[in-house]
Amino acid sequence: MAKKKLLEIMINRDWCKGCGICVQFCPTKVLELDGREKVVAVRPEDCICCKMCELRCPDLAIEVLTQEGDKDE
Amino acid sequence: MAVKDYLRERFFPHMWCPGCGHGTILNALVHAVEELELNKNEIVMVSGIGCSARISGYVDFHSLHTLHGRALAFATGVKLSRPNLKVLVPMGDGDALAIGGNHFIHAARRNIDITAIVMNNRIYGMTGGQFSPLSGPGVKATTAPYTTIDNNFDVVELAKAAGASFVARSTAYHVKESTELLKKAILHKGFSVVEILSQCPTHYGRKNKEGDAVGMLELQKTNTAKLGSKALEDNPGLIPRGIFVEKECPEYCEEYDKIIAQAMKGRNS
Repeated sequence: MAKKKLLEIMINRDWCKGCGICVQFCPTKVLELDGREKVVAVRPEDCICCKMCELRCPDLAIEVLTQEGDKDE
Repeated sequence: MAVKDYLRERFFPHMWCPGCGHGTILNALVHAVEELELNKNEIVMVSGIGCSARISGYVDFHSLHTLHGRALAFATGVKLSRPNLKVLVPMGDGDALAIGGNHFIHAARRNIDITAIVMNNRIYGMTGGQFSPLSGPGVKATTAPYTTIDNNFDVVELAKAAGASFVARSTAYHVKESTELLKKAILHKGFSVVEILSQCPTHYGRKNKEGDAVGMLELQKTNTAKLGSKALEDNPGLIPRGIFVEKECPEYCEEYDKIIAQAMKGRNS
């Protein structure tokens, strides 16, 4: 399987309620809560595109946009 | 279609508390529907009353928000009149097995082609944290300040005994597994029950010292084990996850059609 390349971690700040589930369970600790208790991607370069944050988010506030690694589709 | 196309985005952010497992179940469900590439005009979601039942407002399918515990009765009516539609019935633990316990066992007995999703957070969240028939003994709730003494139902065993032809269990933590189980349940012909353990940090977690949503998800990880795994063999006290029943049985709508055909034999409609 081709390795996925991260395009963008889209976070809907209006929907995020700051529960911290994505922050805690991110395998590479890409996400953090900011001063307003909303999630931000502070280390997007570490993202391995597992999309567990997107799937676990109870507020459906995260979308991880990726691109297939070695071919353009 | 993208996941967002299956949502009624105008109603977001939703009304569930921060860290509520029901949101994750909604997420898993729309991902399952998206991966199956179902047409949203061919899905009906029927729900009852409670935090869990509010899910029907957030999905852009046909939706019915009905009486407490009676979602399966309404769903049976929908399915019998329009058997080509996919009928999804998400219910809370109280909705499904206290108020709607009778509908639940009889829908399972008939093996009607409906997907019942039990969003089990072991508490009545919406009305302020009363214990439910799935709380089990030793749980603190607003109606049990000195802990409960009632035994709980095992949804899987109950559904199995009542005759459901697909029975599975997962948790909000194991979201990929939940999505796969929901996909299988939706495609299964017959009554399918998927129990998904959910977390209510506001009422259950706080009272029972299970911490916040993150702490409760950690418990879902440590207290459950996959069917047939070594962990479950070594520690039978863990809650098993996976598919418990998957069998082919006569489906109710098809059998009903046969009866109609038999009754109409020799008549010019």
